[in-house]
Amino acid sequence: MKVTKDDLENVAVLSRLSIPADQQETYIQQMDSILTYMDNLAEVDTADVKPTTYALPMQNVFREDVVKPSLDRDLALSNAPLKEDNYFKVPKVLED
Amino acid sequence: MKYEAVIGLEIHCELKTKTKIFCGCATGFGADQNTHVCPVCLGLPGSMPSVNKSVVEFAIKAGLATNCEINQYSKFDRKNYYYPDLPKNWQTSQYDLPICKNGWVDIDVDGEKRRIRLTRIHMEEDAGKLVHSGTTIKDSATSNVDYNRTGVPLLEIVSEPDLRSSDEARAYMEKIKAIMEYIDVSNCRMEEGNLRADVNVSLRPVGSEQLGTRTEMKNINSFKGLVDAIDYEIERQTEVLEDGGHVIQETRTWDPARGITLSMRSKENAHDYRYMPEPDLPPIVTSDETIEKYRKELPELPDARRARLEKDYGLSSYDAGIITSSRAEAEYFDAVVATGADAKLAANWIMGDLAKNLNEAELDISKSPVEAERLGKMIQLISKGTISSKIAKKVFAEMWACPDDPEKIVKDKGLVQITDVSAIEGVVDEVIANNPKAVEEYKGGKKKAIGALVGQVMKATKGKANPQMVNQLLAKKLQ
Amino acid sequence: MALFDKPAHVLHDMLAKKEISATELTKDVLGRIDAVEGDVQAYITRTPDEALAQAKAVDEKLAKGESVSFLEGIPGAIKDNICTKGVRTTCASKILDNFVPPYDATVMTKVNEQHPVLLGKTNLDEFAMGGSTENSAFHPTHNPWNLDCVPGGSSGGSAAAVAAGTAIWALGSDTGGSIRQPASFCGVVGLKPTYGRVSRYGLVAYGSSLDQIGPLTRDVTDAAHILNIISGHDDMDSTSSAAEVPDFTQALRQDVKGLKIGLPKEYFTEGMDPDVEKAVRAAIEQFRAMGAEIVDISLPHTKYAISAYYIIAPAEAATNLERYDGVSYGERVDGEDLVQMMTNTRTELFGEEVKRRIMIGNYALSAGYYDAYYLKALKVRTLVQKDYFDAFENVDVIMAPTAPTPAYEIGAMAGDPLQMYLQDVCTVPLNLAGLPGLSVPCGKSSKGMPIGLQIIGKPLDEATILRAAYTYEQSQSYHMEMPELGGKH
Repeated sequence: MKVTKDDLENVAVLSRLSIPADQQETYIQQMDSILTYMDNLAEVDTADVKPTTYALPMQNVFREDVVKPSLDRDLALSNAPLKEDNYFKVPKVLED
Repeated sequence: MKYEAVIGLEIHCELKTKTKIFCGCATGFGADQNTHVCPVCLGLPGSMPSVNKSVVEFAIKAGLATNCEINQYSKFDRKNYYYPDLPKNWQTSQYDLPICKNGWVDIDVDGEKRRIRLTRIHMEEDAGKLVHSGTTIKDSATSNVDYNRTGVPLLEIVSEPDLRSSDEARAYMEKIKAIMEYIDVSNCRMEEGNLRADVNVSLRPVGSEQLGTRTEMKNINSFKGLVDAIDYEIERQTEVLEDGGHVIQETRTWDPARGITLSMRSKENAHDYRYMPEPDLPPIVTSDETIEKYRKELPELPDARRARLEKDYGLSSYDAGIITSSRAEAEYFDAVVATGADAKLAANWIMGDLAKNLNEAELDISKSPVEAERLGKMIQLISKGTISSKIAKKVFAEMWACPDDPEKIVKDKGLVQITDVSAIEGVVDEVIANNPKAVEEYKGGKKKAIGALVGQVMKATKGKANPQMVNQLLAKKLQ
Repeated sequence: MALFDKPAHVLHDMLAKKEISATELTKDVLGRIDAVEGDVQAYITRTPDEALAQAKAVDEKLAKGESVSFLEGIPGAIKDNICTKGVRTTCASKILDNFVPPYDATVMTKVNEQHPVLLGKTNLDEFAMGGSTENSAFHPTHNPWNLDCVPGGSSGGSAAAVAAGTAIWALGSDTGGSIRQPASFCGVVGLKPTYGRVSRYGLVAYGSSLDQIGPLTRDVTDAAHILNIISGHDDMDSTSSAAEVPDFTQALRQDVKGLKIGLPKEYFTEGMDPDVEKAVRAAIEQFRAMGAEIVDISLPHTKYAISAYYIIAPAEAATNLERYDGVSYGERVDGEDLVQMMTNTRTELFGEEVKRRIMIGNYALSAGYYDAYYLKALKVRTLVQKDYFDAFENVDVIMAPTAPTPAYEIGAMAGDPLQMYLQDVCTVPLNLAGLPGLSVPCGKSSKGMPIGLQIIGKPLDEATILRAAYTYEQSQSYHMEMPELGGKH
């Protein structure tokens, strides 16, 4: 198996997801079969190939430094799950 | 064993653009919470960033002013980590192709000049602000988030670990601050968090080339904090090593109230940032022409200005260094001198009474109640002999309190120096007659006793007598 | 006379000539929705009251003798991953169940300038991740041609609505085939424009370097008109093209004489349904008969495109979807502390396929795997793109099946994500290369399910593919057919 239980746990933490114990095996198997298939990329010689990040070439797209109206605050907060005194409210923050 | 400190700084410098880095929201400090926000800086689904042209210009100028190479192909990347002050849970920053790299600045500590290398300067967005319900983050059951600051443009200026002491670190940060002020890309108001530093400190035996294990202290936003935190950390690490222990690589937090650094117990794998090129922002390609255009627009920088002050006005290197350490101070100096005032006197007054008053009032020199023009006029009154240096202190205090010209103050308060020999002579005779004891002592060889007599004359003339003339007359009459 | 079965350009002419009113038209389509939406389930959110109000406003304008723009008064539907100010936009995810955007996507601003009638938001695979619309957190959508089959995806709601006559036109989005493949499955026209042709501002991002908005329509003429409306540079989308936008309706002429068509051998192999191959080859022969020149070509890196795509798209998605954390919008599932709240929210409110792609993406981006997967995929992307550019040295357009099979039964691919990914072999290479592509109906399978011909163009050359598609469409009548639904047609 390419994908180990440690891999799954590490990736779950990076993804802020928790995978219940009874689903871990399924996730590992599915990820493993997908990533194993993708290993066909190793066949391709990319020694002198540059990576493509942007679908088509473009560069230097800038905006002038001119103020635009911000959102009305009530609208900005309108989708907040929890708010207080015009702040977005979140539970206890533990530093990590 | 003797240890040597190895220190590197990552300085975050807030740019003074009108709008945020990726949206048109205003950047102003102190607005009501969540009023400078829009779909982009709130990270709403579907929103997309667009780069503020001024941020790129300011970044390139900062690089040119610190002797950097400009990366002519540069791009933005997503730095992924989860935090509620980061709406997208990534910070748009730059990873492998920062806009500037390989620069340097010179610093001066105790007359010794050192060149500090810069690794890179990159552009990024600031995060929002968390307001905790308790007194600290740890004892707060909930926190509130204000996204006004989210997306305010920052430069991150990264030094090589070339600094060896807290004094050097301070001198380096002061130099960076001065340069950013000179090129007018940042307000550099430390109290508003415009300039803050993450500091890396490690120790190694003197003579060793190998780097020791380092610790990092984040978000230090005052020069005093910088010096104290580094000194504390050097002492702490020295003790650890001398006790035969090992320094642990970690992030520590500086507690200015207690004057100590504390471990933040960081979890290692939480910091896989998974940098990814930002697909929503096309790369930045900077031509030679653009670079040269920006280079031509740069003003005189602190080092050049300092050299000019030394050469043109004969200021000492130290004085010129202090005057040019901030652009506002250097401009104030130039404005005083432009009135025709003597440059050395101008420097003394700026670094003396003016600095003292500004300090006490916690004012920036740009907001000085005594404008450069009035100070210049006052210095000319001293040079002309209209007032003595001592009287000038009174005039200065009056000028601080009211907007009157120094000439008017001198006239209204009758502070014109007495230079009429006969007028001074009368007082001198009187003082000699009334202080037989001091006269006796003087004549008996205790030359210092003349001081008390001069003081009596000055007192009797309310300080207005020309002190040199008083001295000369007394010496003559007591012979 | 039914109106819901007509294309927009026909209805536009009828409105302009005052043969019908917008209200009459809207009521006809709403009636069709009442009749068949229970079976098809193309919509997540419907806005019939607003639709009637919009129709009324158009009728008032018409009464004053004002001229009407193309979409004026024509009922359409919007894929539910395009932000509509004041109208809930869910991306078919529980995590955005209650999200009401405070702003309009740029395409909505452009479309709204035309004063259309908007019927609601259409179903999709959650966050556009999927090819069957089965991954919707709300309900699957059914193929109007056979309710047991999927409509394709992820723009399955938009495709099914147009096919069923429950919308005259629709907008979709295409990251790896999400407009073209459902168009093929549902027998409608679907156009994915060149990357950057249409602003993505307000399209909820899945794979930012791949996503593109485009129309799903009854015929090629409507596609050209809608492309005219939604194209053009947008200051809010830095990746939108600054290139001039031609009048695409000028391409609506029957003329393929001398057109050089490339047939990539890699698109006609393993796993292709014989009915699909037959229909596509017949369409190619039709082109030859109309004067086009057919050239065999090779796009040698095609077989690696799936791998590259299913690394790049999930990697971009993994970061794009980090923002759904319960902090400032969307649904929240409580937890003891912030990390727990974020983790609970994401774990409980994202569907399985979304979670799987986020994890694959984070795996490919994580320390130790970045070079072997993510960076490697970006390099292979370069080669996939180069294949096309080399081919376009010699041909004007490339033709291939849109999908290797017709629509399959709901549930047929469940539990086998890799098998599902492999179905995208004909569509994802274009997204990697940023090219425009169009799916036009070209026949039916033995079971009566529609089959689509894919026409691929050079960057920004939508005009040529529209011209080819229009010429072909005029030579047959597949686009005139409507599925039998609800016994009304």
